[in-house]
Amino acid sequence: MEKPVIATASLAGCFGCHMSLLDIDERILDLIELVDFNKSPINDIKEFARECDIGLIEGGCCLDENVHVLKDFRNHCRILVSVGECAIMGGLPAMRNGISVRECLEEAYLNGPSVRNYNENKILPNDEELPVLLNRVYPCHEVVKIDYFLPGCPPDADLLWRALTALLNNRKMDLPYEVFKFD
Amino acid sequence: MEESISSILDRYNHDVYRLMDILIDVQSDQGFIGDQAIARIAEDLGISKADVEQTRSFYHFFSKKPTGKYSIYLNTSVNACMMGRDAVARTFEVEAGIPFNSVTRDGLIGLFDTSCIGMSDQEPAAIINGKIFPNLTPFRVKELIRDIRAGKSMEELVVEGYGDGQNSNPDIRAVVSNNIRKIGPVLDPDYKPGEVIRKKLPAMTPQQVIDEMKRSNIRGRGGAGFPTGMKWEICRKTESDEKYIICNADEGEPGTFKDRVILTERPKLLLEGMVVAAYAIGARQGILYIRHEYKYLKIYLEKLIEGAHKRNLMGKNIAGIEGFDFDVRIQFGAGSYVCGEESALIESAEGKRGEPRDKPPFPVEKGYLDKPTVVNNVETFCSAVKVLLNGADWYRSFGTTDSTGTKVLSISGDCRYPGVYEVEWGFSVNDICGMAGADDVIAVQVGGPSGSLVGPSDFDRILCYADLSTGGSLIIFNHTRDLLQDVVLNFTSFFIEESCGSCSTCRIMPVILRNKLLKILNARGAKSDISEMLEWAAILKASRCGLGQTAANPIITSIQNFRHLYDQKVRGEVRYDSGFDLTQATQEAIAATGRYTAVD
Amino acid sequence: MADLNNFTIDGLKCLAREGTSIIDAARQNDQFIPTLCNLEGVPPKGACRVCTVRVNGKLMTACTAKISQGMEIENQTEELNEMRKSIVEMLFVEGNHFCPSCEKSGECELQALAYRFEMTVPRYPYFYPKRNIDASHPRIVKDHNRCILCKRCVRAIKDEKGRSIFAFLDRGFETRIYLDPDLAGQLTEERARKAVEVCPVGAIMPRGEGFKTPIGRRKYDRHPIGSDM
Ligand SMILES: Cc1cc2nc3c(=O)[nH]c(=O)nc-3n(C[C@H](O)[C@H](O)[C@H](O)COP(=O)(O)O)c2cc1C
Ligand code: SF4
Ligand code: SF4
Ligand code: SF4
Repeated sequence: MEKPVIATASLAGCFGCHMSLLDIDERILDLIELVDFNKSPINDIKEFARECDIGLIEGGCCLDENVHVLKDFRNHCRILVSVGECAIMGGLPAMRNGISVRECLEEAYLNGPSVRNYNENKILPNDEELPVLLNRVYPCHEVVKIDYFLPGCPPDADLLWRALTALLNNRKMDLPYEVFKFD
Repeated sequence: MEESISSILDRYNHDVYRLMDILIDVQSDQGFIGDQAIARIAEDLGISKADVEQTRSFYHFFSKKPTGKYSIYLNTSVNACMMGRDAVARTFEVEAGIPFNSVTRDGLIGLFDTSCIGMSDQEPAAIINGKIFPNLTPFRVKELIRDIRAGKSMEELVVEGYGDGQNSNPDIRAVVSNNIRKIGPVLDPDYKPGEVIRKKLPAMTPQQVIDEMKRSNIRGRGGAGFPTGMKWEICRKTESDEKYIICNADEGEPGTFKDRVILTERPKLLLEGMVVAAYAIGARQGILYIRHEYKYLKIYLEKLIEGAHKRNLMGKNIAGIEGFDFDVRIQFGAGSYVCGEESALIESAEGKRGEPRDKPPFPVEKGYLDKPTVVNNVETFCSAVKVLLNGADWYRSFGTTDSTGTKVLSISGDCRYPGVYEVEWGFSVNDICGMAGADDVIAVQVGGPSGSLVGPSDFDRILCYADLSTGGSLIIFNHTRDLLQDVVLNFTSFFIEESCGSCSTCRIMPVILRNKLLKILNARGAKSDISEMLEWAAILKASRCGLGQTAANPIITSIQNFRHLYDQKVRGEVRYDSGFDLTQATQEAIAATGRYTAVD
Repeated sequence: MADLNNFTIDGLKCLAREGTSIIDAARQNDQFIPTLCNLEGVPPKGACRVCTVRVNGKLMTACTAKISQGMEIENQTEELNEMRKSIVEMLFVEGNHFCPSCEKSGECELQALAYRFEMTVPRYPYFYPKRNIDASHPRIVKDHNRCILCKRCVRAIKDEKGRSIFAFLDRGFETRIYLDPDLAGQLTEERARKAVEVCPVGAIMPRGEGFKTPIGRRKYDRHPIGSDM
């Protein structure tokens, strides 16, 4: 039988959730036995080569590019999972949600102490190649349909392991209290 | 300014329980309630600024900033919108040169939105410095702003002549029409004020009065329909040194205006009813709580109360009954629908935020100043007088066995004869439409936003407590109306505007539901959105008061009775749509950086 | 013992003094009814609605309703817990709750209830309201992003003359906590500490301290709220 295929992505996240996935210790060997990885920063596959069973998304959407990647994942993954607080509710990046985009950009490129004296022409980066900032950070499920949510910042490695094995074996997820946390 | 605040504080004996009155007078005297005034009031009453602020900020008509020499409050109700509010509002904005909820730079004109002002049969209507200006048109608006700019006085602004009946009374002088179209026991002009107090009460014990009320089977007319006799009896039996009678004339349910007509045309009947109730329960003090929008009736009603004192229908040893003392004071609200809920009304009358209390205890046990209190609707008091005058048997001859007597209805919307109709309980919706000259009816809102939106298949249902219960508001819609956009959305926004905010459920859920409704109206809805609205709305049943409990009724009853309207708006095949819109989400950044490419 | 009342919670026979609130009576009988706004010794308000139970079939808040003889109370039913969970979810989307960076995390009652009800994500869209952090007071920081408007601070903290220091401002969805400009500045050490203590979430925090307890040893790290009953 063919092994189930997993894809992962980090959108507006810090890679902490990916780190946590690698933090399952020696069980990582079991995992590699159990599944194949497709598009993922873990193996650096950049385009979907095939349809996947499970997509793990870290981070919310803060750029148009995040939206495109997320939609791509939705189109290629049977089950899509929001992993971590950023994917679930925007996380720290979403702390900008009460501030206008213009203000954010101006602070980052014009007024912030580290740029104030260097951006002589007072330019907000506007190259057509650059991704565009969204008006706010969106949790993944406010953009596409998400099937499961694994909380934590990052989610505990044990939580990820249990959730993954449950999904792979078509079992109900049993997430123990000690590892079910938002921080 | 110090001067006048001092005299206002004197007027209310520096009594913290009269904070509402103090704030009302400061607002009307100075046009706003600023930090200085708040500090002065707090210091004088021995409370903190926070204590003053929490009451001040609760009420729509209390403003921290000046609201303009001419403060214009334009109604946002469904009826106003049906009768052309949009054009009127735009004209106000263009002529005044400012958007709504702001004041012109010279401080002359302020434009504000306000919830239903009780003029549903003469919309669109605005309140300008307390005066009502009904039946507005863009033409009339231009005239008004021109006259205001020309420095005309409030009196001079009126060009339409004063309204019918007592509306033209020198103490009222309002451009308001009664539109009484059908009379019955309550509205009967053949009424001799004081007859029951003088002739009936001396011959009856309080218990006999209560027994007669119970025998008449009369139930409250304010909406909830609690048996009045029983309410009075419980209050009578609760032991206390003081008891209170409160008349609920807050009339905030959109589409209701019958209490305004009674206050204008049969105020003596109402006051007599309060005296009768006071006799029955043993109260010495009464409060007539009137919504701020009807403040133009103040002097008129105060003089009537004075007159009642002179004629010994109020005051000491009323009608010669030894020891029967009773006085009524008028308490105005300041713009809050939830203050119609009896315990919120009591809080408000005590000078606080109009947050409903948790029940039990009910007001009959613990009401105003924690004393047993009967709160009844205007119409309930009026009917009570007629019960005593003609007897319970006579009264029971009107209406149905379950719902005895008559109901004064406020009918508005798409009909030729909007106005006030006093009918026997037992009329069908069809009867109502026929009576008001409405053909081509696609829906009727029975009982205001907190009631139900019913369609033709329900038009043979009967108005009574057992079937279609109503506080009296009926709004009729014809085929030109977009029920979801014009009615359901408007009502949902009304509840959001008027929630007191103290229950998590009622503070948050209606906003969530409105966003979902908007999503559907914006053609981004999926079928699951409809079922989710119904599922999610269920939590509102856990709210403290009727406002929260019924806040989803516009959505729920319209889904039940007009499901096809929703089905037309949602895209049938789409199972999930997050509503996310990339073009809109990137607009701000594209504008900020000056990029041109649109993103797909 | 004439004033002892018999009643049941989820069919279990219980006993409490007449006039006790249902929530206290439940506690005395070792039954947990979740709440966010109730606080022993402070007048109840029925603000959060989380303690909603069915009393003889009718929905009521257990903090404001009193026990009476023969009452039948439903508490740990699927229906009620689902309602409670959905209220917790509403409170999460109403404010801005960035638990990962919140000093109250692990000791927060809202978060603890979310854990207890296994909330992975609120079913409602986030509002991301624009709210302020008020750090202008000498002893406390008021973070409006995390306030759930439970009114505990309003009810529990008054100055020596009984005047309000915390109060509700505005109404409906616009409601927020207002700090008295004079009294909040003069808050005594003791009152400031109490304010921090009564707040169920991280909306009132002490100045100059935070993240004191290491992860793993915080109040709700190991055992769900209410598991002591
Ligand atoms: C949100 C809300 C608003 C209400 N508004 C009014 C009102 O404007 N007038 C009124 O008489 N009753 C109103 N009521 C009903 C009152 O709480 C109360 O039942 C009524 O005044 C009792 O009088 P009755 O028994 O004579 O009807 C309202 C109730 C709620 C929940
Ligand atoms: S239901 Fe709404 S209006 Fe009524 S008390 Fe609760 S929050 Fe206030
Ligand atoms: S207050 Fe509680 S729920 Fe809110 S962010 Fe802090 S820990 Fe999380
Ligand atoms: S500040 Fe804290 S205690 Fe006060 S209302 Fe907000 S959440 Fe409740």
